[in-house]
Amino acid sequence: MSATAPRTHFFANGLRRALSSRIAATLAYPHGVDRYLEQFAPTFSLNEVRAEVAAIRHQTDDSVTISLRPNGNWQGFRAGQYVRLTVEIDGVRRTRCYSPANSVHATDGLIELTAKAHGGGFVSKFLKQRLSVGTTVGLSQAEGSFALPETRPARVLLISGGSGITPVMAMLRTLTDEGHSGPITFLHYSNAAKDLIYAAELAEIAAKFPNVQLLRGYAEPHQGGELEGLFCRAHLNAVPDFADAESFLCGPPGMMKAVQKLWADEGLTAQLHLEHFSAAAPVVADNANAEGEVRFVRSERLAKNSGATLLDQAESLGLKPESGCRMGICHACTCRKASGRVRDTRTGEISDAGEADIQICVSVPVGTVTLDI
Amino acid sequence: MTAIQKNTFSSLTPAQFAAIGTELDAIRNRVRADLGQRDADYIHNMVKRQRQFEVAGRVMMMIPPTWPLGVASLGVSKILDNMEIGHNVMHGQYDWMGEPALNSKNFEWDSADTSKNWKITHNYEHHTYTNVLGKDHDIGYGLLRMSEDQKWEPRFLANLPLTVLLHTFFQHFVAVQNLHLEEAMIYKTKTAAQVKEEFKPMWAKMKKQLKKDYVFFPLLAGPLAPLVFTGNVLANLTRNVWACAVIFNGHFPEDVEQFPESVVENETRGQWYVRQLLGSANFSGGKLMHIMSGNLSFQIEHHLFPDLPAHRYAEIAPEVRAICEKHGLPYKTGSFAAQTLSTWKRIAKLSLPSGKSGKVSARKANDEALAPLAMAA
Repeated sequence: MSATAPRTHFFANGLRRALSSRIAATLAYPHGVDRYLEQFAPTFSLNEVRAEVAAIRHQTDDSVTISLRPNGNWQGFRAGQYVRLTVEIDGVRRTRCYSPANSVHATDGLIELTAKAHGGGFVSKFLKQRLSVGTTVGLSQAEGSFALPETRPARVLLISGGSGITPVMAMLRTLTDEGHSGPITFLHYSNAAKDLIYAAELAEIAAKFPNVQLLRGYAEPHQGGELEGLFCRAHLNAVPDFADAESFLCGPPGMMKAVQKLWADEGLTAQLHLEHFSAAAPVVADNANAEGEVRFVRSERLAKNSGATLLDQAESLGLKPESGCRMGICHACTCRKASGRVRDTRTGEISDAGEADIQICVSVPVGTVTLDI
Repeated sequence: MTAIQKNTFSSLTPAQFAAIGTELDAIRNRVRADLGQRDADYIHNMVKRQRQFEVAGRVMMMIPPTWPLGVASLGVSKILDNMEIGHNVMHGQYDWMGEPALNSKNFEWDSADTSKNWKITHNYEHHTYTNVLGKDHDIGYGLLRMSEDQKWEPRFLANLPLTVLLHTFFQHFVAVQNLHLEEAMIYKTKTAAQVKEEFKPMWAKMKKQLKKDYVFFPLLAGPLAPLVFTGNVLANLTRNVWACAVIFNGHFPEDVEQFPESVVENETRGQWYVRQLLGSANFSGGKLMHIMSGNLSFQIEHHLFPDLPAHRYAEIAPEVRAICEKHGLPYKTGSFAAQTLSTWKRIAKLSLPSGKSGKVSARKANDEALAPLAMAA
């Protein structure tokens, strides 16, 4: 932009190289360069992605949309992927997964996350009620295989429900930014018109791009949407060529199940791509048949197996193992199982009895289990 | 110095042990449930201060007129890093925050000792087997005679000069503590090859520390390298002497008890608590004294609750003291000077073969010998 830009860039690069050098590492040993610089530049880091909250807006009564300015380590994302966001709440760092909703071509350098503050959502409630502009938060690089393929499909069907709108919103914005010419259907479900996040922008996009078909479904009657009620076969009458489309699905479990079943019945499973993490249903604990005990060797705790996940059981004993998504996506809670069998709550699969790394948030002990926590 | 003392380890009944255990557990549970922003802010602020002192110290040391201030500042930084931050973080006091940089799994301190080694010798051995002869290697570090029940050997005539040596090179003694050099050099129960193998990871860390303080930072000062080198020697020495003195005051004043190995067999939670109580001593001081000692001025509270954030000890100390008084147990405390003097007196006495020079200690030794019998009864 200005004439000094290349020179600034040169100095910034030089400084960065110096700070990443082995000499800098030796001088800052054992804490590391980051641990000194973060005292006056909280978002700076040599390797970690951190971001500053640049703006907060409230699109609906129970949602919050946050714009984050990431540091230089952010490598961008593919539309549909998610990031792990870490915030400090009452002194404790909490990590949750959110999908950026912005276009990958956005030029403002910001990442836009939208969270819905549902009843039990500890972190989302914090984001909605207490987060302030200027706060430094932690981020991961983008993760997940739910994303627009590099070769954009000719026909795209985006299906979402509730706050599951975010990854498909990123897809829609990205495709329209690219001037994608193929037909795109945006099928979204929410309870009522007032709950529809991105309502105004969706209407705008639909008006501006003739290849975008917007279908708003509302569970409550008389909301003025194109569809009424929960997802059903009849709704697809509005998308007669759905079988030709690559479909991307993200929403609450009930809705996802219904869509998945229909696609399976039609033999279209290969064309359905899904993301699971919005408002996961609590894992149903098999309390009746729980037996054995859970042993946390490093912290010397032991308890009767309650049938809940190992993460829940550890926490109910007062332990604080690292955790993140609590639904088996982010691997933050991965830890060493010394012995015992566990059931994967997602698949029902039962593990070997030997030593292995397991994700404790989705592992329920089957009999006695010993963990290195 | 202590409250009216009616009970000893051997005179307490199982019901009394159980009651003490329940009462202390209640304090622990209450504080744990209350941990939050205040504690996070405290440790974050402490880390910030430490970094400020360190950077300021290293810079001032390179400017001759501010050199003395630089030495003092770096000394303070190293003390904060080791005591109020490192020692406490490695105890897992801040693990609940979920912050990788303040997690006991990850934290490394500005000391020759590796965090891994420290967590074995200190968190596990010393805190589990506090003041149990033959199990708690901190009783004399294999170098000194700190108890009458430790058999006298001629080398202990040097107890006093060796204590000075230990204070001077404390970080390096602690770093090699787990080698149990006395077993190789004196008792010949360990081979030189074994020692060499175990020394490798220790040397890796020592090398990094030495390189930083005695090669890189001096070189950075160019012609003033000798100044920075000397300053770093003094800052490390300050930290060594202070840390060693604080630790000695916590466990070695004359009235602090030691226990025979038999005491830990089938030990109940209540008995463990009482052993921690009787095996530790506090020293008094202002807020600054508490911070600079990593709150080990509350050694008793620390030994009862090693994984509660240390800045909380001052708040719970009156309750702990009340529990001691209620059960007729001593709560040992005194000024820093008094505790230091008492510790050095003990060290001096024990350099001589006679183990019965202090009659208070002799009575205690008898009590302790009886303790396991009393418990079995």
